[in-house]
Amino acid sequence: MASTIRVRATASGETTEVQALIQHPMDSGFVKDAKGEIIPPHFIQQLTFEYDGKNVFVADWGTAVSKDPYVKFSFKGGKKGDDLKISWVDNKGATDTTTAKIV
Amino acid sequence: MNITHKGLGATRRVIVQGAASIALAGLGSIPFGLAPAFAAADDKYPEDAFKQKSEADAIKSLYGKTAEPSDKVKLDAPEIAENGAVVPISVATTLADVTSISLLVAENPNALAASYQIPPGTMPSVANRLKMAKTSNVTAIVEAGGKLYSATKEVKVTVGGCGG
Repeated sequence: MASTIRVRATASGETTEVQALIQHPMDSGFVKDAKGEIIPPHFIQQLTFEYDGKNVFVADWGTAVSKDPYVKFSFKGGKKGDDLKISWVDNKGATDTTTAKIV
Repeated sequence: MNITHKGLGATRRVIVQGAASIALAGLGSIPFGLAPAFAAADDKYPEDAFKQKSEADAIKSLYGKTAEPSDKVKLDAPEIAENGAVVPISVATTLADVTSISLLVAENPNALAASYQIPPGTMPSVANRLKMAKTSNVTAIVEAGGKLYSATKEVKVTVGGCGG
């Protein structure tokens, strides 16, 4: 199965910039479908970036994060060719994990 | 006035999907290794804070204290958002010892939108995209050295992002 996570991690100088885009409906639970029935909430709650065995960034999300969420951050360290591990878990307990190489 | 715009959702969904695929294409193709699907959720998800309706209650639930406005918190948000479903918002700060950054949209059904944990060595800066139900103040909270600092900006929404 194709990963839901797209990541670009770019090392430059002393820092690594990370951009991630995740495919997820991020349903808020406030929207109705064509039949007028509420679409139940379905959203990512926690997104974690791990480098060298340590979390470098943790996102806690509510329903107000846009569909197919995007996030950008930077951290000190990170070398070209090293692995960055990304995982998320949503409110239904579904998860996805991927490992990206820093370029 | 609550969030029950019908009909708009479907069209917006298509637009958002289009925008997302463009963004995906922009990131290019990256080879992915396979890894077991375990989420490394060591840090507890603040479920109660996300359930609070008002901004004040959400901050109280998340941090247990109040924030003071600071010009060292830079909140970058559009003055007018044409599409409330995708409002690009970023926060940066020159404060030292930052441990977390949170974003709240006062007029949303649940004020707290996102909270980012910033471990030592990570830059106190984050960009993301949020949904806004209607015109509202957006507040960024920066936790630095155990204290809370905030910046607020009003974003006018022309088409509400009720969740699409």
